[in-house]
Amino acid sequence: MGGKQDPTANGSPKSESMGAKKASPDLLNSSFSFKSLKLKTKQQELLLRVSILGLVYVLAFIARLFSVLRYESMIHEFDPYFNYRTTLYLTEKGFYEFWNWFDSESWYPLGRIIGGTLYPGLMVTAALIYWTLRFLRFFVHIREVCVLTAPFFASNTTIVAYFFGKEIWDTGAGLVAAALIAICPGYISRSVAGSYDNEAVAIFALLLTFYLFVKAVKTGSLSWALGSAFGYFYMVSAWGGYVFIINLVPLYVLVLLITGRYSMRLYVAYNCMYILGMLLAMQIRFVGFQHVQSGEHMGAMGVFLLMQVFYFLDWVKYQLNDTKLFQTFLRITVTSAILVGGIALGVGTASGYISPWTGRFYSLLDPTYAKDHIPIIASVSEHQPTAWSSFMFDYHILLFLFPAGLYFCFKRLSDATIFIVMYGLTSLYFAGVMVRLILVATPAVCLISAIAVSATVKNLTSLLRTKQKVPQTGSTKGVGSSKSSSKVTLDQSQPFQKNGAIALLVGVFYLLSRYAIHCTWVTSEAYSSPSIVLAARGAHGNRIIFDDYREAYYWLRQNTPTDAKVMSWWDYGYQITAMGNRTVIVDNNTWNNTHIATVGRAMSSYEDEAYDIMRSLDVNYVLVVFGGVTGYSSDDINKFLWMVRIGGGVYPVIKEPDYLVNGEFRVDKGASPKMLNCLMYKLCYYRFGELVTEYGKPTGYDRARGVEIGNKDIKLEHLEEAYTTSNWIVRIYRVKPPTNRL
Amino acid sequence: MVKSTSKDAQDLFRSLHSAYSATPTNLKIIDMYVVFAVFTALIQVAYMALVGSFPFNSFLSGVLSCVGTAVLAVCLRIQVNKENKEFKGLGFAGEFDSRQYALVLLGLVHRDCELGMGINWSLFPTANTIN
Repeated sequence: MGGKQDPTANGSPKSESMGAKKASPDLLNSSFSFKSLKLKTKQQELLLRVSILGLVYVLAFIARLFSVLRYESMIHEFDPYFNYRTTLYLTEKGFYEFWNWFDSESWYPLGRIIGGTLYPGLMVTAALIYWTLRFLRFFVHIREVCVLTAPFFASNTTIVAYFFGKEIWDTGAGLVAAALIAICPGYISRSVAGSYDNEAVAIFALLLTFYLFVKAVKTGSLSWALGSAFGYFYMVSAWGGYVFIINLVPLYVLVLLITGRYSMRLYVAYNCMYILGMLLAMQIRFVGFQHVQSGEHMGAMGVFLLMQVFYFLDWVKYQLNDTKLFQTFLRITVTSAILVGGIALGVGTASGYISPWTGRFYSLLDPTYAKDHIPIIASVSEHQPTAWSSFMFDYHILLFLFPAGLYFCFKRLSDATIFIVMYGLTSLYFAGVMVRLILVATPAVCLISAIAVSATVKNLTSLLRTKQKVPQTGSTKGVGSSKSSSKVTLDQSQPFQKNGAIALLVGVFYLLSRYAIHCTWVTSEAYSSPSIVLAARGAHGNRIIFDDYREAYYWLRQNTPTDAKVMSWWDYGYQITAMGNRTVIVDNNTWNNTHIATVGRAMSSYEDEAYDIMRSLDVNYVLVVFGGVTGYSSDDINKFLWMVRIGGGVYPVIKEPDYLVNGEFRVDKGASPKMLNCLMYKLCYYRFGELVTEYGKPTGYDRARGVEIGNKDIKLEHLEEAYTTSNWIVRIYRVKPPTNRL
Repeated sequence: MVKSTSKDAQDLFRSLHSAYSATPTNLKIIDMYVVFAVFTALIQVAYMALVGSFPFNSFLSGVLSCVGTAVLAVCLRIQVNKENKEFKGLGFAGEFDSRQYALVLLGLVHRDCELGMGINWSLFPTANTIN
């Protein structure tokens, strides 16, 4: 650290270093205190590093606790409720029951094989932490463990980021990377306390796998390669995004082979990781045999075989020492290898044995694919392409430190820096295609930006510390600070250079402090809302909490028969099963498009047709979410067009233009008759026509859409209202049994 | 044309043979093991082609563990070969230990794959997601 010459840098024993220091009397004082201070520089550095890391660890944890402090310790959003329910099941019934669980409470009447269709990493991790705590006699509830799993693993990620930064550049970059990733909003958004989702552990596993693999490539040791195989196994067990690893690592190997940086270490590292990692990954039932059958994993296998051929040729070349013979051999081998490989791939793909890229990942390569072919994937707001504002919001200064860091990486190319550059570029491309993937790009962006910051600060401070008159160009390399306009390239006088360096350092620290302020503000305002509890400011500035969701789910839990079946849109399925403890028709897993389309059709049909569909599905209760009274805009009426599109995708009788007027979606008097009389409209606006929602507006004024509704006189024939929550956000209806035939 | 290529092939073969016999004995033993492992894997593939791939778990675990031991043996060979200057001072014993861990892991995973077939295979056809 720094440019200071340290005579005790070798950590030699005290007596020796004392002897060495007698040679430089001008730096020493004869007093004991200075000598002891000098001796401890190495320890001072260690102390500094450990304390910084400790502080960063604590910071990463506490930055994510906003919602726990403001509301309560509860699980957020939708998907985490499913994870919570499965974790609860795991801790109550044990691993065997969990692994073989068939759940009949969701996707009625089909059921769902939960044991075979989930990624168990998160649940097993939380259960292990829970059992460890219980073993240590801390009897916490499993919900607390679930809520705090994400911040805990975020702290662990900062430690891994430190080691990774140390591997790529040096300890300074590692420390900066740890600090940046601790508060980066791109990561916080999915790992805040209460967001008990796969990404919470997956990012930790991702970074760990990459770090272990880079370490394996650097040292060529089998132990590190083994470690990276285990890291990969953890990643596969945690998240479906492991496909990124299994494609990035072979791509990296390919780049190394092409650029001529191959070595035996690379061979050892990749082979061990691929074979063992693949075998381990197949233990997860949800992944199954995809590593040998799916098109998304064929890249890795191709690179594996290519490597064998490549290194075999290299070995033969080394054995032969004769170029002419080798050329012949080369020709024969390469042509036969390409032929065999091509034939195998062709046969596999044509016969359908190797399945093509699934829709979810194909839409990453072709972003327009989902919109035309798979409306369910297109409807999720997280899958939309990213706007520039999102990038700025989630990365702030890292956005322009990233190119600066790339520059530094290219200046000092090594196996590790090539890897981080590739990781950064590929992940940023995918982050541009889908908002959700900003999370995957965050570690790369933080690491590369850390390189820029660390290298710049190092150059500047070394400039400040040199007492010699060797002029070094004091201009920074690429830091976008406004003060860089005062580019100091004067060679003649030292003070100006030093002043310039000080000014630039102040600029850098100012930027970093603004980053910290921005991150804290973003976390507090945007990413700490539980989504299940809504808050708003009242007329006098006081805070009003809308707890309608949980109110409705608990009403269901306590006032309906235990075998009641609830129909709602798929967003709320997990929450209904977890909190309401009732069987649902469709939920967030969205594995069966036809079933969801059936529900969509029921919601968009007239009441009679919908009643037939509901009778066929044995539905007892219908749940809708309505934001007209509170102005809540993520309600079912705003999602209605997606229901129409998904339903229409399977049942051509539902046509989207029927619900629009001149291509416009309206709910007021000018809306289409089909819209005014469909089931969803009726259920949402039943008895709403009598309600005054806003002072000075007519009755039945919908505050979310900003219009007065068109059909105020709604009569329901086959359903009756069972419950409406206090702010009319959730409305539950009971399906009446058929009338007696006379 | 044919004569020259066959002569080329013969020259190739002879020079390869002579170069290979110069390698030390312990490396040759590892090479034999690699060939044996790959041969076993090929036999399993041929067997599967004859008899059919049910249960797929056993087939995969068998083939992949053979390929795995072959690959690990090659890694050992690489690290032990004195002519590879990148691996200094590791020696036969040090890397052998690492390789033992890797092989134990391989064996465990193999066992898990095989045992898994009873539970997996019956439920597996229905577990495929509809995309």
